[in-house]
Formats: sequence, structure tokens, C-alpha cells
Amino acid sequence: MTLTEHLPILIIIVPLFAAILMPLTGVVNRSLCWYFTVLVTFVVFLIAISLVCNVMEVGRISYRLGGWEPPWGIEYVVDSLSVFVLLVVSFIAFAVAVYARRSVEAEIPAGKVPLFYSVYMLFITGLMGVTITGDIFNLYVFLEITSLSIYTLIAMGPNRRALIASFNYLILGTIAGTFVLIGVGYLYMVTGTLNIADLGVLLPKLYGSSAVLTAFAFFTVGLSLKLALFPLHIWLPNAYSYAPSVVSAVVAATATKVGAYVLLRILFTVFSVDFDLSVVPVTYILIFFASLAIIMGSVLALSQTNIKRMLAYSSIGQVGYIVLGAALTNELALTGSIIHIFNHALMKGSLFLVVGIVVYKTGVTDISEFKGLGRKMPITMAAFTLGALSMIGAPLTVGFVSKWYLALGAIDAGMWFLVPVILISSILTAVYFWRVVEKIYFYKPDTVYEVEPVDSGFEPGTDGCIVSRLEAPVTMLVPTVVLSILCIVFGIAATLPVEIASRAARLLLGGG
Amino acid sequence: MNEHVIVQTISKILIPFIQLYALYVLAHGELGPGGGFQAGAIFGASIILYVLAFGLKAAKLRYKTKVLQLLTSTGVFIYASVGVLCMLAGGAYLQYSALPLPTQKLAYAIGIYGIEIGVFITVTSVLVTIFFETAGYEDD
Repeated sequence: MTLTEHLPILIIIVPLFAAILMPLTGVVNRSLCWYFTVLVTFVVFLIAISLVCNVMEVGRISYRLGGWEPPWGIEYVVDSLSVFVLLVVSFIAFAVAVYARRSVEAEIPAGKVPLFYSVYMLFITGLMGVTITGDIFNLYVFLEITSLSIYTLIAMGPNRRALIASFNYLILGTIAGTFVLIGVGYLYMVTGTLNIADLGVLLPKLYGSSAVLTAFAFFTVGLSLKLALFPLHIWLPNAYSYAPSVVSAVVAATATKVGAYVLLRILFTVFSVDFDLSVVPVTYILIFFASLAIIMGSVLALSQTNIKRMLAYSSIGQVGYIVLGAALTNELALTGSIIHIFNHALMKGSLFLVVGIVVYKTGVTDISEFKGLGRKMPITMAAFTLGALSMIGAPLTVGFVSKWYLALGAIDAGMWFLVPVILISSILTAVYFWRVVEKIYFYKPDTVYEVEPVDSGFEPGTDGCIVSRLEAPVTMLVPTVVLSILCIVFGIAATLPVEIASRAARLLLGGG
Repeated sequence: MNEHVIVQTISKILIPFIQLYALYVLAHGELGPGGGFQAGAIFGASIILYVLAFGLKAAKLRYKTKVLQLLTSTGVFIYASVGVLCMLAGGAYLQYSALPLPTQKLAYAIGIYGIEIGVFITVTSVLVTIFFETAGYEDD
């Protein structure tokens, strides 16, 4: 077998080996860990890019572990949907890894840094595994690897409350994981297979069976809990706000996205569109909760005073968009949903990275203390504004593209009343981000921050007062700015991601 | 500790046999009931018995946290390496038949032993680590 044929397994093994070797690297030299992490995530990103090229050329790729034939052995499947998610996740993982160095140094005790990077690599392994596997039990295992590493990463937060946040998430995450496992068990009981493609073939004959319905219910509730769909979102705000900044960024941008990916797989590949529409009215239930999530996420975000919590609640609203697109079950809406996986990763990633920079330089997380930051950190705050505009869904940003497709999809499905839901949420988003943007640009700073003597020059502000520059180090600034510029780039040149996403949508709806 | 003489003596006699039995379960994993996980659990139990009889302090002198950490990842490393060796030999990941050994049967046996040993090492050290961590948290 050639190297190209091995790519689907290498994307898992490379970060897995890195996770094992990271503590040893830490023994040799602690600062090497960061270089090693950046190198490995870059390699993973390159593998993802070459997988994209392969899939675009030849279509579905299947890799047989141990050489066993698919329905019996474990199969790794790369198709247009999984490759899209792989690309998004590996890119964010790489960008955040570059950013991580200073932030991790500041927030995590020096002795634990190698372990942090080790768990980070394990987290990437899990995400890649969930996305690429074609075996439903394997999917559960990787989902647990991801969740366990998130619990650990969150618990490393600088505040002791991180431990409680992590523990709450552990309890709810384990319940969710168990639900998924019960679902897998029921499906295995009635079909005798664990292969996702094989399940898709065998299940239609059994749609009447109560075991299948039970399995479906467990999957839906379990996954809704994993991806924090509105009434099941309780674990998310604390987990995101007490985690280390790097972790908030990477988890917000990737973990819930992979949860959404699994939901899409269950709804459309394991079960069929037919089942979702005619056997149980799951689409209506999901549309209801997704709309509730979109509105309530924005309303709750409005009432937050802590920036990390605000972004966390905003994530709950954004998860609503992804689920809404999936529940509308037409090509346009599903394209919107899949593209929102990418778009939200970009914008929420950049916003959380900006917050990480603010925490690193000033230590504030309260929105009221953002006064005048626009003058102190012009580049960082410009990145924040771009991210905020994308979240609102201003034209020429990525947020607009996904909302446009979702709205078109809603009209196409004859559910025009969902369009006002999207609009109202956009207005609410504008309100809660405007509060921050206003503080950043239109208020004078009133607190004196500790300024590090190394990289701070003094320069006179426009109104005569002395403004000290607090701009972040290059390794932090570059990934943040790149992510926020990509929000604009893919907002204008939207055709490329939209093409992959609509291909994936057609695949899910059974058109190939 | 003198009042525990009977417990300590019996444990001293039992532990080698438990550990030998664990290795037996490991060796017969691919033929009969057993395997790396079960063997690891039995081996871990023998160490836990040692802790119960001789106390946590004495046990921690014998089983250093650093060594346990190293063993935990060594096990995973062995498992993953066996898979990669199969790839280097020209097969798919974990395709034992590709290993350059005289017969297919031998290749499968060696391949499975490899990963079972990996599982065994990791399970043992993780069980002991968890027990140490929950038994006393004053030591870091």
C-alpha cells in the first residue's frame, strides 16, 4: 500500500503518537513541547488537505483496519462530509496550537505544560477519529476519548471553579455518552452489525421495531446533550468560562461541531431522511428546540457581564442554527447547516482567541472593563470586531453566507416563520456584541493595567492622554488575525466551502 | 504494623502466584477466555493487595508514580507501534498477516501478543495509578 492509501489512518496515528511522546519531550526540554505540538498539528492539517484533494477526485475513500472486509471489520470512511469536518477541525487545531504557547505559559503551571499538550493531542486524536470512522461503536469510543480529554483540559483552568465546571460536564457528558452507547447497543441487537453504511442498508426494513425507535430516541437525546442543544445546555457556560483560554477557543470551535457532525450522520446516514420525516416527527421536535436555542441563546447572551460567558451563550444559539439546518432536511438548509460548522468554527475561534489575548495582557474578563481597549490593542480589537460582524451575519462575512442558506432553506421547506427567528436572533446578536464594541471604541480607559516592560511602548493618544500599547505577542496575534480575516475571505469567496458543503448535503440526502 | 503479621505473610505468599496467574491469562488470551485487559486487572489487583497489607507508603516506594506514568504510555505505544509495523510491512494498520514471519498463523499470534502486552501494561499501571490517587491525595 502506498502512503496516500494510508492517509485515513495516519490522521489518527500521528496525533496519538504525539500524545504518547509528549511527556517524554517534556522531560527532555519543556519548551520543545510547543514546537512539537505545532509540528504535529501542521502535519495533521496537511494530511487533511491531501484527503480533501483525494476525495474531490475519486469520491468515497474506505480504509480497512487490519485488512478485514467492511461489514465485519472496522472501516474508516472519508467522504465529502467527513473530509470537510476533518479540514475544519485540523485547521482550527493548528491555529490554536500556534497561539497556545504564551497563553498556556501564563495560565498553566509549568510542570503541567507537557501533560497539557499531551491531552491536547489526545483531544485532536478523538475528534479526528469521530469524524473519520465508519463504525458506530468505534465512533462511541472516539467520542469518549474526546470528552475525557475535554474534561481534563477544562479542569486545568486557572480558577478553582474550573474543577466544578469540569466535574458537572463530566457527569452530563457521561450520561450523554451512555445514551449513545445504549443506542448503539439497541441497533446492534436488532441488526447484528456496527458498520454505519451497513446499518443504513439493514435498518429500513426494521423501522417499525420499537427497539429501533428506542435507539433513535437515545441517540437524539444523547447527542443533543453532547452538543448543548438549548434545554440541555447547562454544562456549557461554566465549562467554557472557567477553562484555560486556549481550551475555550478550541473546544468552542471544534468539539460541538463534531457533535453536530455525529448528529448529521445518525439522522441521515444511519437512519434515512424518510425515517426522520415519516416514521417519527423528529424534525419538528428538532426545529422547535433549535428555534428555541437560537432565540434563548441570544437572549441569555444579552444578560451576561462576563465576556467568556457571553460567547458561551452565543455558542448555544449558534448550535441552534446548525441543528435547524439539519432538521429542515432540504438541500439548501443542510448546506447552510454544514457550512455553518465551518463558519462558526472560524468566527467563534477568532473571538475566543481575542478574549484569550485580553486575558493574557490585562486579566479582565468583565465586559465593563473593556473600555478603551480599542486604542491599546488596535489589531486585536479589529479582529474582535470582524468576528462580531460575522456573528451578526453582516453581508460579506461568513455569518451572512450560512444565515442566507438557512433562510433560503426555511422558505424552501415552506416554513417561512423561521425567517423572523433568524432575523430576530441576528438583531439580538447585534445588540449584545454592540455593547462590547461600544466599550472597546467609544469609552476612555479608566483602569491602569499592569504593563509588561518588554513590549510596550508609550505613545500619545488622540486626545492628549497617554495610551500604553498592549498588543499581544506575534504567536498569539497571527492566528487570531488569520482566523478573523478568513471570516471575510470566505464571506466573499464563499463558493469553495459552499461547493463542498452542498456536495456533502446531497450525499446526506441520498443523491450522492 | 505488627498486628498485621498474618495478612502480610499471606499476601507475600499469594502475590507471586496472582501475578503468575495474570501472566498465564495474558498468554492464553487469544486462545481461551482472557487477554490483556483481564490480565492487567489481575496484575493490578495483586499490587492493590500489597497496598492493603503493607500500606500506601511502602507501596509507593516500590511503585513510583513516575514509573507508572511511563508504563501507562508505554503500553499504548506498544499497541500503536504494532499497528505501524504492519503498515511498514506493506499491509493495512494492524494487518498482522503482513508481518514478515514464516507462516500466517505465527504472524497473527505474534501480532495479537504484541497488542495484548501493550493493553496489559497500560491496564495494570492505570489501575494502580487510580488506586494510588484515590487512596491518598497528599502526595503529588
